[in-house]
Amino acid sequence: MTLIIDGVSVRQRGEIWLDDIRLELPSGMTTLLGPMGAGKTTLMRVAAGLSPPDRGRVLVDGRDVTSVSVRKRSVAFVYQQFINYPSLTVYDNIASPLRLDASFPRSDLDRRVREVAELMGIGDLLERRPAELSGGQQQRTAIARALARQVDVLLLDEPLANLDFKLREQLRADLKSMFAEAPGVVLYSTADPNEALSFAAPTVVLGEGRVLHTGDVADMYAEPPTLAVAATLSDPPLNLLPGVVREGRIDCLGASFPAPGAHGDGRGVVLAVRPHQVSIERGGPDLLEFPAEIRLAEVTGSSTYLHLMPAGGRHLVAHLEGARLFDPGEPATAYVDPAHLFVFDEVGGRLPATSAAGADLHG
Amino acid sequence: MSERTAAPAGQADGRTDDQADRRADRRAERRAERQAEEGERRADPRRRNNRAWLLVLPVVVSVAFTAVIPLMTVVNFSVQDIFSPGDRLFVGLEWFRSVSRDPEVRAAFVRTLLFSAQVLLLEIPLGVLLAVSMPRRGVWVSVTLVLVALPLLIPWNVVGTIWQIFARPDIGLGGWAVNNVLGLEFNYTLDATDAWITVLAMDVWHWTPLVALLAYAGLRSIPDPYFQAAQIDGASAWATFRHIQLPRLRGVLTIAILLRFMDSFMIYTEPFVVTGGGPGNATSFLSILLSKIAVGQFDLGPAGAFSLLYFLAVQIVCYVFFTVLTRTGR
Repeated sequence: MTLIIDGVSVRQRGEIWLDDIRLELPSGMTTLLGPMGAGKTTLMRVAAGLSPPDRGRVLVDGRDVTSVSVRKRSVAFVYQQFINYPSLTVYDNIASPLRLDASFPRSDLDRRVREVAELMGIGDLLERRPAELSGGQQQRTAIARALARQVDVLLLDEPLANLDFKLREQLRADLKSMFAEAPGVVLYSTADPNEALSFAAPTVVLGEGRVLHTGDVADMYAEPPTLAVAATLSDPPLNLLPGVVREGRIDCLGASFPAPGAHGDGRGVVLAVRPHQVSIERGGPDLLEFPAEIRLAEVTGSSTYLHLMPAGGRHLVAHLEGARLFDPGEPATAYVDPAHLFVFDEVGGRLPATSAAGADLHG
Repeated sequence: MSERTAAPAGQADGRTDDQADRRADRRAERRAERQAEEGERRADPRRRNNRAWLLVLPVVVSVAFTAVIPLMTVVNFSVQDIFSPGDRLFVGLEWFRSVSRDPEVRAAFVRTLLFSAQVLLLEIPLGVLLAVSMPRRGVWVSVTLVLVALPLLIPWNVVGTIWQIFARPDIGLGGWAVNNVLGLEFNYTLDATDAWITVLAMDVWHWTPLVALLAYAGLRSIPDPYFQAAQIDGASAWATFRHIQLPRLRGVLTIAILLRFMDSFMIYTEPFVVTGGGPGNATSFLSILLSKIAVGQFDLGPAGAFSLLYFLAVQIVCYVFFTVLTRTGR
């Protein structure tokens, strides 16, 4: 089973929502990662057949289905909102796509509904109506509805985004094993890089209606090819610092480090470092030092986000272990290992200046 | 079961006792502090501050003037036989007894109930049908909204006048068409059934838009993904209506049914203008009979008792509707 998106473009009111998307998705799970407004939902709607593309084709197993009505396709869709039939019980909700599928044998219906419900952990809620369920249970019902019919293309559009943290973690763990059993193509969209990383599936990064990168998500995290991919894959957001190439070195806010791969004296570059790789204690030799002033310390229980303002004026956030108290206004020094810096050129392309960067994934 | 829960319950009790003690201590401390503070300001520290009641005063005053006092006037009338402004006699529940036994009132009651039932049976499905077929987005939304709402903008007595002329067999477009195009004998001033149909048609024309607008608002609040999900399942238009739209309409339809029941059960202006309650008493609804007694004959006592019984009937039916509608389909 393959789903091919062949040069799909979508325009709405003069704006480009999708720009020449070309993807070939095999059976099994693929993650579609992108920030809000990247075009994830639009792409999924086109893939499902809910809205036609302005240009391009959608092929399932080599067959052009672009103009085939969604009613006649073998697709299932799970939405960010919990979409179930409000007047039907959980059982009937799960059974509804099977009942409407003429090719599904009636004798298997009960067995299949119970099997899927059991799989989703809602086997004991079959007689309830959606209004009597928690948000997590409602979404489990919606996913069970989608899994019941063994479809060619299963689309999940940010299914965990409206759930609270704990439920999200639980359901995410369950989903991983469930998708392994789905027979067709599973396309799972999310705006949360941690979710994409934890699924560890082949990942498509989408940004502003374009495919930015495709490949293994862990590789992408370790070696982001562009600034946009690095930013999409970083939560909390990347720290960005201005740098200048000078005689095989890069200068940055008074500090300097060797960068043999960087060419062109006086050329401006963007340095990016993840907050957890900024420290305020000297952890080794050859670190970049940024004398700074503490602006704010956010304590989130197990960790602390320290907002710093280095001399030269660029906001820098350090993600520190443990709950730690700081007084705003006090001086501190931020230390960054040059090996953890990603160097990008003015247009966001990665420079091979510090190819050892990110090799240490867990930093 | 009870044995198993006994031990933990005991423990829980012990814990709550401790907590209660601690809480009581804390409360005592806090009270002492507050008393110390207030003692300086006020002689009696135990006096409670009741000024918040003043905030309810505007509601009490306005409800008194709009509802309670007028209603009490009617109650006052209903228990007296009033001969002249200075000459009256307390008769107790005499008027209630005579009004509730009056065959004319009973006939009007049945007639009004029948009218309301027909109004609901016609207007609710028609309104929902209208709402479902109205566009969900695009430029036509505002056009259809204005067109549908048009009858609601017309004053009630004008609606009556319009239909009085429209339904006339000689010069009215509607009445003439029924007689000469459809070839049916139709004259609402002579035939009781024709008069009834005219008043019913007028009410449907006037008030179906209200139901449609309420239902439309309810339908508009359904997120698109519901319809897409039904589409993906391959659900029919009827299944989509039955399982997605109708459940979401419960709230607004409850309101629509209550409003339409109350309004149609109390209908006065339109039949008064069109038929004046006739021919005979074919369209003489409760309100028309009431105004005949109260304003025409100036029998304030029976009219007062009649009004209260009328009021009670509306209340009871509304209560039943509300209870049933909020419980079904849960």
